[in-house]
Amino acid sequence: MYRYDQFDEAFVRERVAQFRGQVARRIDGALTEDEFKPLRLKNGVYLQLHAYMLRIAIPYGTLSSVQLRQLALIGERYDRGYGHFTTRQNLQFNWPKLRDIPDILDLLADVGMHCIQTSGNCIRNTTADHFSGAAADEVEDPRPTAELIRQWSTMHPEFDYLPRKFKIAVTGAARDRAAIRAHDIGIQVVRHPVSGEVGYRLFVGGGLGRTPMIGKLVRDFLPKAHLLAYLQSLMRVYNLEGRRDNKYKARVKILVHEIGIEEFRARVEAEFAALDPAAIAADPDEVARIEAYFAAPAFATFPADSQRVVADRARDAAFDRWVETNTFPHRQPGYAAVTVSLKPVGGVPGDATSDQMRAVADLADAHSFGEIRVSHHQNLILPHVRQDELHALWTGLVAAGLAEANAGLITDIIACPGLDYCALATARSIPIAQAISRRFGSAERQREIGELGIKISGCINACGHHHVGHIGILGLEKSGQESYQVTLGGDATENAAIGQLLGPGITAEEVPDAIERLVGVYLAHRHDGETFAEAVRRLGIEPFKAGFLAPQPAEAAHAAA
Amino acid sequence: MPLLDAHGYRADPWRRIAAGEPATGDAVLVALADLPAVIAGRSNAQRIGVEVANTVRLPDLSAFLGQLDLVAIAFPAFNDGRAFSLARQLREAGFKGAVRAVGPVIADQFTHLVACGFDEVEVPDAIAARQPEAQWRGALASYGATYQTGYGAGASILERRRALRAGQGAAS
Repeated sequence: MYRYDQFDEAFVRERVAQFRGQVARRIDGALTEDEFKPLRLKNGVYLQLHAYMLRIAIPYGTLSSVQLRQLALIGERYDRGYGHFTTRQNLQFNWPKLRDIPDILDLLADVGMHCIQTSGNCIRNTTADHFSGAAADEVEDPRPTAELIRQWSTMHPEFDYLPRKFKIAVTGAARDRAAIRAHDIGIQVVRHPVSGEVGYRLFVGGGLGRTPMIGKLVRDFLPKAHLLAYLQSLMRVYNLEGRRDNKYKARVKILVHEIGIEEFRARVEAEFAALDPAAIAADPDEVARIEAYFAAPAFATFPADSQRVVADRARDAAFDRWVETNTFPHRQPGYAAVTVSLKPVGGVPGDATSDQMRAVADLADAHSFGEIRVSHHQNLILPHVRQDELHALWTGLVAAGLAEANAGLITDIIACPGLDYCALATARSIPIAQAISRRFGSAERQREIGELGIKISGCINACGHHHVGHIGILGLEKSGQESYQVTLGGDATENAAIGQLLGPGITAEEVPDAIERLVGVYLAHRHDGETFAEAVRRLGIEPFKAGFLAPQPAEAAHAAA
Repeated sequence: MPLLDAHGYRADPWRRIAAGEPATGDAVLVALADLPAVIAGRSNAQRIGVEVANTVRLPDLSAFLGQLDLVAIAFPAFNDGRAFSLARQLREAGFKGAVRAVGPVIADQFTHLVACGFDEVEVPDAIAARQPEAQWRGALASYGATYQTGYGAGASILERRRALRAGQGAAS
């Protein structure tokens, strides 16, 4: 894992001091509220519906056990004993007091963390595949690249007042687990088909919100050493040409859409041609310094499949189910990556209590080299677990209430905070997620349905990524009532697609039945081994539309008989 | 409007020339449309500056850069960041004269402005009243070093790491 050196440390301490000064200058009137707002946002401080919210950056979703314990402490001391993991691999505290925030920032700096650029019209926290460095299918661990981007984008003098927020995601594998094409810039580490050189493929202009778009290919192959110069060129084109007349048209996806990807690419390349990449790039020693922090932990040599796990699974059905759903193949034989579900049936997606955070930190120390990841599915990951120790780990998770065997299943729901917390929300999200989760809570039922991602947003800004959910749910307000639109066929992976609307909005109470009907169509039509998403691709939207619109499928079937 | 640079508030030697007004004086600041005529009629040793909107692009200015002593770029609002990129482009194109930010920028942006190539800011009276000199100097002092190489006068964090490595290499 990356560790701050003296320069990172000094930089973050300076930012805490700077923010303290800005808070004081807001209070004494040197700064107006309008002037203070972007400064506060760049330090992660939002004014929400009921209170201030503090969003903490977790770069590329990687945490140490020490950091997670510090987050637990902050949650206990300054919040209500819990925190909320977000779809951008960050952590939010929903109830801090403004006067405590500089002290919280100091506690974060003590463990090499901060809230810089977790909000505001700047380059946000760079995210990455949560299985980075563990997945068997990687060309390369994307985190050194993400860390390089983190440093380069931190308080960038030229790009701190962009037209709108800007999100970058990186994956090291062809199988996209970082939703790179739903980001302003998506970066894929690739091997050049001819030379074998490792470099980057870049997509631009993806994003959700009220105008969802899938990122378009802007550069098929970029040598690694050119990355920062290329990013500088691209950001400069956006900073100069992105629209500033309408905040809803200010994201780079609109610029790319309006001038076309060819024209956009030409402008970036013209800017790039005028720069000297070597003057902007990190030198090879610096790249090597960063890479060394992400070297594989001291794995031991084991057989690929643990006999111990086979035996444990045979005698414990609950453990067996959990291994089936919540473990992921590891590149190192005898190890597995584990998903710690933050989606207990009927619970709040992404919430973890301080006690749970400490439990996960302890389990990470015991079983995963002290390392934890946050996934954009709002779960935690223990990336490097010895298969022989899976049962011991699972037993610890059961004790902490964190052993739900539902990773990737219908109750592994992504939901934004919605009207329960958010000042922008038009409808509730969390209670909808809870109702669906309870409806499909049976372990057997979930397994029978298989892989199915439901994503819920409480307003058109789409923080719950509903556009790319296999089933997406968008909560709106219609003449004083909550109204939920349901979409089908979204996909956040390398097959990225925007979901299509199934029909008119429905009430909150109708949502679980509507999901039930969609699942019914799938179960009735699926081929052997075909997932929900694959069935939707094969069948198209129509049969699901018919199912969605039929309020009483039992009655309809009866009438047809 | 008050003018300020890294040393504090100071008198503005530049005279703004309105459209149609004769461009007389030692240092004249004119609109882009008037610039070719003013350059053509330049008196000996007269310094000429141009004041532009942040929607002007580098190619619109390129032909004149060798003749100019000042480019003043407007900030319609402090959070409209286009001028940061335009100033950088001027510096990358080799412009050696002064670059000025004109408009309601705030002290908290001073480090970024300087790093992108601005030398001075001309702010509305209201901002100068709320943000005295000490706040602008304080803003400059609030950054020891930044991560971006080539922005600002000091060594970037990456360059400092390199120097440290070189020192360690020599010591060992």
